[in-house]
Formats: sequence, C-alpha cells, structure tokens
Amino acid sequence: MSEVKEMFAADLWNEQINVRNFVQKNITPFEGDSSFLCGPTERTQKLWDLCRAAIKEEMDNNGVRSIDTEIVSTIASFDAGYIQKDLELIVGLQTDELLKRAMKPYGGIAVVEKACTEQGLEVSDRVKDIFRNYAKTHNDGVFDVYTDEIRKYRSLGFLTGLPDNYARGRIIGDYRRLALYGIDRLIDAKKEDLAGLTGPMTDEKIRLREEVAEQIKALGQIKLLGQTYGLDLSRPAESAQEAVQWVYMAYLAAVKEQDGAAMSLGNVSSFLDIYIQYDLEKGTITEELAQEFIDQFVMKLRMVRHLRMNAYNEIFAGDPTWVTEAIGGKLMDGRHKITKTSFRFLQTLYNLGASPEPNMTVLWSQSLPENFKKFCSQVSIDTSSIQYENDDLMQDTRQSDDYGIACCVSFQEIGKQIQFFGARTNLAKTLLLAINGGRCEMSGKQIVEGIPELSSDELNFDEVMANYKIAMKDVARVYNESMNVIHYMHDKYYYEKAQMALVDTNPKINLAYGIAGLSIVADSLSAIKHAKVKVVRNEQGLSTDFKIEGEFPCYGNDDDRVDNLAVDVSSHFNQLLKSLGTYKDAEPTMSILTITSNVVYGLKTGATPDGRAQGVAFAPGANPMHGRDKNGAIASLNSVAKLDYKNALDGISNTFSIIPKSLGADADVRRENLVTMMDAYFSKEAHHLNVNVLNRELLEDAMENPGEYPQLTIRVSGYAVNFVRLTREQQMEVISRSFHSNM
Amino acid sequence: MLRVHSFESLGTYDGPGIRLVAFLQGCNFKCLYCANPDTIELKGGKETSAEEIVAMAKNQKPFFGKKGGLTFSGGEPLVQAKELIPVVKALKSEGFHVCIDTNGSILNDFVKELMQYVDIVLMDIKHMDNTKHNKLVGKNNDRTLAFAQYLNEINKAVWLRYVLVPGYSDGVDDLHTLGKHFSTHENIEKLEIQPYHHLGSHKYEHMGWKYELEGVPSNTPEQLDSAYNILKDYFKQVIIN
Ligand code: SF4
Repeated sequence: MSEVKEMFAADLWNEQINVRNFVQKNITPFEGDSSFLCGPTERTQKLWDLCRAAIKEEMDNNGVRSIDTEIVSTIASFDAGYIQKDLELIVGLQTDELLKRAMKPYGGIAVVEKACTEQGLEVSDRVKDIFRNYAKTHNDGVFDVYTDEIRKYRSLGFLTGLPDNYARGRIIGDYRRLALYGIDRLIDAKKEDLAGLTGPMTDEKIRLREEVAEQIKALGQIKLLGQTYGLDLSRPAESAQEAVQWVYMAYLAAVKEQDGAAMSLGNVSSFLDIYIQYDLEKGTITEELAQEFIDQFVMKLRMVRHLRMNAYNEIFAGDPTWVTEAIGGKLMDGRHKITKTSFRFLQTLYNLGASPEPNMTVLWSQSLPENFKKFCSQVSIDTSSIQYENDDLMQDTRQSDDYGIACCVSFQEIGKQIQFFGARTNLAKTLLLAINGGRCEMSGKQIVEGIPELSSDELNFDEVMANYKIAMKDVARVYNESMNVIHYMHDKYYYEKAQMALVDTNPKINLAYGIAGLSIVADSLSAIKHAKVKVVRNEQGLSTDFKIEGEFPCYGNDDDRVDNLAVDVSSHFNQLLKSLGTYKDAEPTMSILTITSNVVYGLKTGATPDGRAQGVAFAPGANPMHGRDKNGAIASLNSVAKLDYKNALDGISNTFSIIPKSLGADADVRRENLVTMMDAYFSKEAHHLNVNVLNRELLEDAMENPGEYPQLTIRVSGYAVNFVRLTREQQMEVISRSFHSNM
Repeated sequence: MLRVHSFESLGTYDGPGIRLVAFLQGCNFKCLYCANPDTIELKGGKETSAEEIVAMAKNQKPFFGKKGGLTFSGGEPLVQAKELIPVVKALKSEGFHVCIDTNGSILNDFVKELMQYVDIVLMDIKHMDNTKHNKLVGKNNDRTLAFAQYLNEINKAVWLRYVLVPGYSDGVDDLHTLGKHFSTHENIEKLEIQPYHHLGSHKYEHMGWKYELEGVPSNTPEQLDSAYNILKDYFKQVIIN
C-alpha cells in the first residue's frame, strides 16, 4: 500500500475498507464544459471496428456468434482472450474469444441446454452428466419446493419473469475495492470477518460463515484471473490505467461467474477520475490517453454477453446485460460528484457511437453544474442513450451518497447493501379477479377464494374496490412465498461469491418486488367510478369485454381524479407486501417497472374495464397508456410524478419519447428546454426518466432496413436496447407509443 | 368561462421557453393553410374557468423555468377577449408570463384592456398585399395593420409571425414590403418565419372540407434561407420556426 498511500489524501479509507471515504477525500469536482474532451484514437477506432465486425457476425448468426459447450464458466476457467492484443490498453474477455458465450449451468442445466440447441449446438456430455446426475442447480431447488399455488400463479401470468430459471442478478459488487486495496488486503479483511463470526451456531451463523468462506475462495480466483492476463491483482492499482484495469477485472470476474439478468457496474467513473486526475497532474498521461482508457473500458463492457434461451427475450428483449453505471449525483457535504470522467463516460457515446450498454444513468440533482446538465441534454438529443434518476430524492430518502443503480432504476448503496430481484406481478389481471369472483378471466381457474360475485354487471366502484383488495392481498401473499423460495435456493445453489466478496459481510438486503399494469388499473377504476361500465360475460360467466358509457379521466393528463387512483393502488399493494415476512429479513421494496414484459403481460390479460381489448400491450413501467395522454408531454410527466417514491422504493420508471422538433426550433433551444424539463420533473419528486429524442419515421425505416441501423439505440423501461434487436412485435409496440409531438 | 378547444402542455413554439398553450375555440378568419381548422367554428369548446387554468399553470410552474409561461392561441383568442380578461389578470397576479397568439383583426375595448396584462403579443401577419391577403384569409388586412399600429403606440412587445406559403406569400417584393412596413416598429422584438406545412390537411378531410392548398409543397431550405436573408435587414431578429 505504501505507494498508493503517498498518492492520495489519507483518511479512514486507509484503516478500513471504505471506498466512499476515499472518494470524498480525493474527488475533484468539475464545473467546466465539454470542450476539453478528445475524440477516439486510431487504436480505439481499429479495435471498435473489430468489435463491430464481430457484432455483425453475431446478428447474422441468429444473435449468437459462438458458444463454448465444453467449459463451465467460473471466475478463472477460461484462458485469456483478446480482441487484438497489441491494441488493447484494457484487457480481458469473458471467454477466450470475442463474443463467445459461456455456460453457467448452476442457474439450471435445462436452460443452458435449450439455449445451445436453439443455436444448433449440444452441451458436452461431460457437463450434461455432471449437472443432470450429480450437481443440483438453482432451478432444481426452486421447483422441488414450489407449491401448486405458486405454479398456478406463474403459469397463468399473475407472476411473470420470476428468476427461477435464470440467475437473479441485481447485486452490485463494489468493483472499486479491487483497485483501491488489491486482493491480499481484501482477503485479510474477509478473514478477519470470518474469525469474528463465532457461535452459537444458528442457521444464520452457519450460512454466513459458509458465504464468507466462499467469498475468500473467490478472491483467490480473481487473483488467478489476473495472472492469466499477466496482472498482479494482489496489490492496489498504482496508475490510472491500472485502476481502470483492476475495476474491470473485478467486474469481469462477476460476469464470468454469474449470468444475472442485470449486473450493474455501480458508480465507478468519479472514482476512476481520482487516478486519472493524479496521472494527468503528474504528466504521465495526456487527455487523449485518459479518454482512450475509458473508451476501451466501455468497449469491453459493450462486449459482455450471456447465454440466453429465446424465450428469455420476451421479458428482457434485445439481449440486455444491464451494465448500469451511475454517473453524477452529489455528496452529503453539498459538493457534487461531477468530474471530468463523468464527461468522459458520456463521450464514449460519440467516440464509439450510441449503444445500450453500459446503461448510462445520470443521477440528476438540481445543483449539478449547468455545463454538465447541458452536455447530458445534448447527448440525450443526439443518442437517446441516457436515463436520468432523481439524486435529490434518493439521497434524502435513502440517506446515502455512494450508491449505484441496480438493473434499471433501483437504488443500491455500493458495498453496503444488496438486492433480491423480484420480477413483477400483474395488477391489471389481478383487478379482473375482482370482477370474476376470484377466477382467472382467461382460463376460468379459481385463483383467489372468498371474492363475492358482483351484485350487478353494471360495475359499482366500491364493490369492485373491496373485491380488488381481497385479490391483491392473496396475490401479495403468493408472490412473497415465491420470492422467499427463489432467494433461498439461489443463495444455496448459485451464490454470487465473486460479487459478495466485494460487499461488506452480512449487508442490508432489499427484496425488490415489482408491479405491472398500473396505468390500466388506474384508467379502469376511473372508468368504473366516473362513467358507466357494464361487463360482457361468456357462457362460463367470465368477463370478455366491457361496455363503457360516458367519459372518464385517464391517467397521464395531470388530473387528480384518476392520478390519485394510481397513487392509492400502488401504495396499498406496497403496504401489503411490506407486511409479509422475508427470507434473510430482507426489507421489502417495490418497483413500478416492466422491462419489456409489458407486451407479454398484455397477451396474458383479458379485456379490461378501461376499454383495452384482450391481448393489447400494457404501457411500460409507470407510463400512461399510449394515446390517452391528451394534454401533451408535461401533463403526462406531472401525472407520473405524483406516484409516491416512498411507496415504490425500488423505482418508478417513466419512458419519455419526443420528436426532436417538439423540443424547440433550434439546437440551443432544444438543449435548454430539455434541461428545464428535467429540472422541473425532478423538482416534483419524480424518480426516473428515460429520454428518447427520435422521429417515428426513423424507427419505421430501421424496421425495414435493420442493416443500416446497427447502433440505433432506444430507451425502454429502465434500460436501452439496440432497436434492431427487438422482435417485430416489440418494435411495433415501441412505435405505437406516445411520441410527444406538439406540431 | 373560456371555451377551450384543447391544451398542449409542452408548447415550445408559441413564445419564449416552455409554455402551456390553450387553444381557444373559434376564429373570425378562415385561412387556406390553417393547421387547426377544427378550432375555427365559433361555437363549441370546453367551458373552462379561470381557476382551472390557474391550477394547471401552477402544476406546471417548474417546467416554465425562467422564461416560459402560458400562451392563448386558437382559433383566434381575441374572439373571447372579454372572457380572457379575468383569466389573464388572475395569471398575472400569480406571476405567470402570458402571451397571446393572434391574427390581430379584433381591436375593441376588451382587447385594449387585455393588452395591459399581456407580456408578449405573437401577431400573425398573413400578407401585406390586401388582394392576396383576401385570397389567403377571406378578409382584408387593414384591421391587422391597424392592430399592429396600436401595439406600436402602446409599445407592447410583439413577435411578428409570417407563414411562408410557396407561391402565395413568398414573393420577393412582398417580403420587402413587409420589412419596410414594420422596420420602424421598435416594439417588434423579432420576426418568426413559419415554414408552411400541411400537417393539418388530414383534418380537413375529416371535417369534410376541401383543402385548397392541395399540392403546394413545403418550403425548400433555399426558400427559407432567401426569405431570411431579405427580412433580416428589417428586424432586430429573424428566426425560422
Ligand atoms: S387565423 Fe389562425 S386559427 Fe384562424 S383560420 Fe387563420 S390560421 Fe386558422
């Protein structure tokens, strides 16, 4: 440590594992504009050309370039891999070849086999033998234990996308720790923790001791991984290049071991800035080189791949990996965390072109420097690749200034806290239980007991609401049971030892539930309350359609009469979830988020009282239903801003699409208006905003000529995708959404 | 009560900053290119109170930023000048910035009172040549010119707006006449050239009206540039909207 100690201002971080303290003591907040930034070097461009060629092969080959069917991926099981070694300043690939995908069968062997056969390949006999006959997987464990009730909820679409046959992800390792401390120091700290975990030997204590022991082994493996690439990770990083490299190695270890749905990076940019700033001041690197480190790092992050079966695409479309990097925000002491490297990260969207990954997330605070706000706005207008989250709101509510964004929109304090991913439940379909005596409206199966038949087919608000509450209570109960099972088994059979080795021992846990269909529910209840709604039933007595007489206010028009219904239902369901006991005493949180499952949810949900026909896609996340927001973009934003973050601590996703012209007549005005909008939206305690600035015609053209738009990126619920990687149905759904246009 | 056709909460073309635009029902003109023909009919619209509009404005206040506010457009908002007075007064007392987007053809005592409370008048001038004005609008341009004169006298801030219809209002001489006429009006802060578009034409079909400008193309960038170059010598600022 001696060298590093001299480089930086000493404090608590020298005595304990405390990256936050290091950042606070050494950060150089930057107020200037983007004029210092450099374009890509020749090396970077050559490397990126190779990557682009590989991506093209991947696209031409059914979305997968190649798969290793022999080696089970662990932290150090693959040999070193390069794009082109002599050009690479930051090294490391998940496997020994660019875009070659690896098997991680601990989530479930059947899934791996299916993913391979869909590509015309076979898992090796040895691996099949091991995982079919000897090793047990997460998927095996969950299905051993699932109740009939959970299975029913799952197959009928009340619960969707549960992480029971894929890895749960969501955990963010503090990848900065490897750079700041090196493996040896981290192992010492974990050994000390283990020594302190003594009797009595309760279930919890035994489990924790085993976990820490696994983490220590993982740290040893990460050191080996470094050696494959000729890197000595046992010691801290001593230069900017090493710091970037070390952080990447830590992240690489995680994505070699796990294929979690979302595996965020955390908030590394301003940490790395400290090393870059040091080297720049010392004169050992130039700005061009600094940018090159970041470009190459980001390039590597763009090359992360997981082996998925085709069905996975329904819920998480476009092959996402959620390498979410949280940029910006402010410190508790009032300073902001914008550094030159915040700019450098966003600059990669120009140097390498637009891209969905890493999932660039700006933590927006009213007090961020205007120069940075303007730059973000310009990057959004140019690339549609950024999402924004309300730092003022999260910092106040969660009391932390060192957090990342797990997956799409969820707060996670780095190194102190983790999350159990909970997918989501369908609250619109749940509403139909209230109207159908507790039976599923599509299958007729009894789902919830104790719901009285309605007194009349002309719907009465109070009666429906009373029934709805009964239904929600049972759905919450079954949902909670499934979560406890899943996370128990995931810990047991597919524990994230590499990531957890970079998190404090025994961290706080959030159990991240989610809901879908909120706008449908709000509009349906509004219709029942403010208009006359009559149920049309089939011979089985199940609702098939609704006849609506009269007008009713729709969510998305800044009208309290309906917006409050959305607020009430989400709060009510959150409170139900909060009342239920959880595995490892995780604290329940809830998101209003759909990823791309809003399409599948729509397919699995019958006609609803708002006039939506059976099968029609839901709006994504907390968005108003397409075309129902009649008063323009701001009224729509105002409606979403009313949802209460305290009752949806896992996040409230809003996707905003606008045609460039609607932001104003010229470039300066557009940039300024977007900044004003963001400041205003977040001043209303709204949580999240995806910003797309695109013309619908462009997307239509991309549908017809995908080859011409390999990097066209569009934000969907909480992440970004390559538009051309979406299925046609999903593309149509995106195009059908409200594109705010005031022309 | 104001009769409102519709609202646009993200108005970025009708005055400074981000604006809540209220499109009022009813117009005394019938321009060939009107993009909102459904607002022309004098009857109809949703009765909306001053309180409702003030409440909406308050909800949107943060979005207005330092420059934005409300704009009353239409239709022709001054058809409802009398009803607008209490609304605009209430908005001004809450500190909102207010614009009126008008064809300038109505000047009565209500309008004169209203003008005391309005921050900027966005005034459309359809054509300087009376015959051509008549052809485009169905009315003479004398009232609009008189209104502009009045605004000049009371020194009210004006953004002049001119729709550039190829073959109808983009003649070089006509543009010079426009410039010359207004170059002495110190109250005019800028001239906005509004490119012609036929985005409203489908509405005509829907309403069973004939779209008389069928076949008139949008402006080419060259046409916009040449109009800009002519007009920029006469006004403090010229922008292409
Ligand atoms: S004055 Fe305006 S609203 Fe009236 S007809 Fe002409 S363009 Fe349409």
